[in-house]
Amino acid sequence: MYSETVFLEGHIVDSLVLSKVLDLILLNGGLYEITGFTMGSTRTDISRAEIMVNAETRELLDNILHLIGQHGATRPAEEILLQPAPQEGVFPDGFYSTTNLESAIRVGETWISVQDTEMDCAIVVTHINDSTIAKCVPLHKITSGDQVVIGDRGVRVTPLARRDPGSVFSFMGSEVSSERPKELVIAGLAQAMRDAKRSGRKTLLVGGPAIIHTGAAKHLETIIKKGWIDVVFAGNALATHDIERALYGTSLGVELHTGQPITHGHEHHLRAINAIRAQGSIAAAVENGIVTKGIMHACVTNSVPFVLAGSIRDDGPLPDVVTDSVKAQDLMREHVKGVGIAIMIATTLHSVATGNLLPASVKTFCVDSDADTVIKLMDRGTHQAFGLVTDCEFFLKELAAQLDSLEK
Amino acid sequence: MSSEFTLLMCAPDAFDLKYEINSWMSIENRPDVTLAAKQWRELHRIISNDVGATVELVQQEPNAPDMVFTANAGLVVRENNDKRVLLSRFMHPERQVEVAPFRAWFEKHGYDCTEPPETVFYEGEGDSLWCGDTLVTGYLKRSDITSHNWIAEQLYCEVLPVELVDGRWYHLDTAFFSPSPGVAAYYPGAFDTYARDVIESHFETIKVVEEEALQFACNSVVLGKDIVMPSGCPRIGAELRERGFTVHTADMSEFLKAGGACKCLSLFI
Repeated sequence: MYSETVFLEGHIVDSLVLSKVLDLILLNGGLYEITGFTMGSTRTDISRAEIMVNAETRELLDNILHLIGQHGATRPAEEILLQPAPQEGVFPDGFYSTTNLESAIRVGETWISVQDTEMDCAIVVTHINDSTIAKCVPLHKITSGDQVVIGDRGVRVTPLARRDPGSVFSFMGSEVSSERPKELVIAGLAQAMRDAKRSGRKTLLVGGPAIIHTGAAKHLETIIKKGWIDVVFAGNALATHDIERALYGTSLGVELHTGQPITHGHEHHLRAINAIRAQGSIAAAVENGIVTKGIMHACVTNSVPFVLAGSIRDDGPLPDVVTDSVKAQDLMREHVKGVGIAIMIATTLHSVATGNLLPASVKTFCVDSDADTVIKLMDRGTHQAFGLVTDCEFFLKELAAQLDSLEK
Repeated sequence: MSSEFTLLMCAPDAFDLKYEINSWMSIENRPDVTLAAKQWRELHRIISNDVGATVELVQQEPNAPDMVFTANAGLVVRENNDKRVLLSRFMHPERQVEVAPFRAWFEKHGYDCTEPPETVFYEGEGDSLWCGDTLVTGYLKRSDITSHNWIAEQLYCEVLPVELVDGRWYHLDTAFFSPSPGVAAYYPGAFDTYARDVIESHFETIKVVEEEALQFACNSVVLGKDIVMPSGCPRIGAELRERGFTVHTADMSEFLKAGGACKCLSLFI
């Protein structure tokens, strides 16, 4: 049997709120015991009840607590428990594992917001002068003795606000579907990007090489040049094929103008990587006039930072690729700060990796020709993601046009 | 003629339908803003000329199309000579922009402003109406029940929270009004069974039929023996006349498209 004590206060007798809460507990398969009750002594005094709620399973108990919480029956605010990390890179047993939702911890009489919201971390509490700071810290960044929150006592998680029905994100619902009026959805995204820009939030683009293969690079290049993208995450492949396109006009050896594979075209991507390695970096290749167009060129010339994270199947890789995945995660972690919108296009692994780092409050837009990518992203905890099942060339072309019309 | 009442209203200079945050709103069915302005002027004329109440005005902000619904600005309390307002904390971001201009107006006019705790939503007179010296408060659709405990602590009065269950009557003032102390006119279908029991056991009641509740019959402004209500509600109108009230009606068709009518457009100050 699982149990939890809740408090209910107000004019709970006259308003039948106490009766309703007790009925709800019983109707939903729980049991209750009133462990304390103070009746207001006049009509204007409020009454207080302390109710122990019992249920067979934790899930049932949580469900009941959620239902009665809407009617004011809430758990008492208890202070957090802390324990020091036993060694570098190890959380103490029973650590609180974070979600990507905005959270706060109870210290003394106040709630303190947890900074750097990220799922699958621990909360580390530090005291600087008179202030207490709480942060989400990933496993590899824990040092011995860090004060880590244990259990969920004194931790409050704020669910995502009820969706704003007027925005594209709620208009789309949270399901994945190809049955959507795409132009309307993309127009809504363009407006959301403009709103983010006005409020000083960044737009992050996460992209896969299909952007190049489908001939969509020129649209993305335009969007970056016009200042709509603040940071880019990708892998070796997107950058390589983008540079291959800039140097040879092909992507994976297929000529983008004609759609025909060309002789020895399959070597082009390796020759592109080799050319950049000779220069030392993509930025150097741009500065020296080797790369004169494309997505990476637009990033360099518009000072848009990018993180290229390596994978085990990479050719080369390009010198800018960060092959240590923990280092790459840390770099991405730095760049997601201040992001308001994340657009993920045609990449499963990079989308999931980025989703893991994003607070749930970031409007996350996933575009793929395969619905499975968005489903995977959501299954791995990025529940805020909205999916649009479509070809990335259509998507980027339309997005560029919608952003243009906003400018006009 | 009554001059004991003062209401805050907001001319619909920027009224429009730009989002959908209740089940009445549809971008496909936007109000005719010229007609809306005419309807608002007529409501203003009835309240100030026919009834004789004092009307103060707040300027509408261009980015706040629903600011015309001043009832949601907060709940004004007069304690002796002190003027105090419990400000709202709107549930929808679209309406949160209204808080600052309303607050500025109240501060300029000498009101002591109190904000609800950060963790609760509260939508002012839209969800809290006096019935005698009891404050009836609606919850679950917009305001949180915990906001009503906060009001009880602030005002030290009896607060009866009642649960709203139908999205068409999302604020208490869309389904409940009190023509006189101890009398409640309400549409039962908007409330859960506990709330209906509470209303029936505490007050003498007048039930509004669904057809007229859909015309926002309950969104009426009670100014002593004068009641200003939306047109199209003959049954409740006749009942109130029989009880000695003077009933004034105003065509509210364009504001109904945004889920509001006479009461939503006015706040007791």
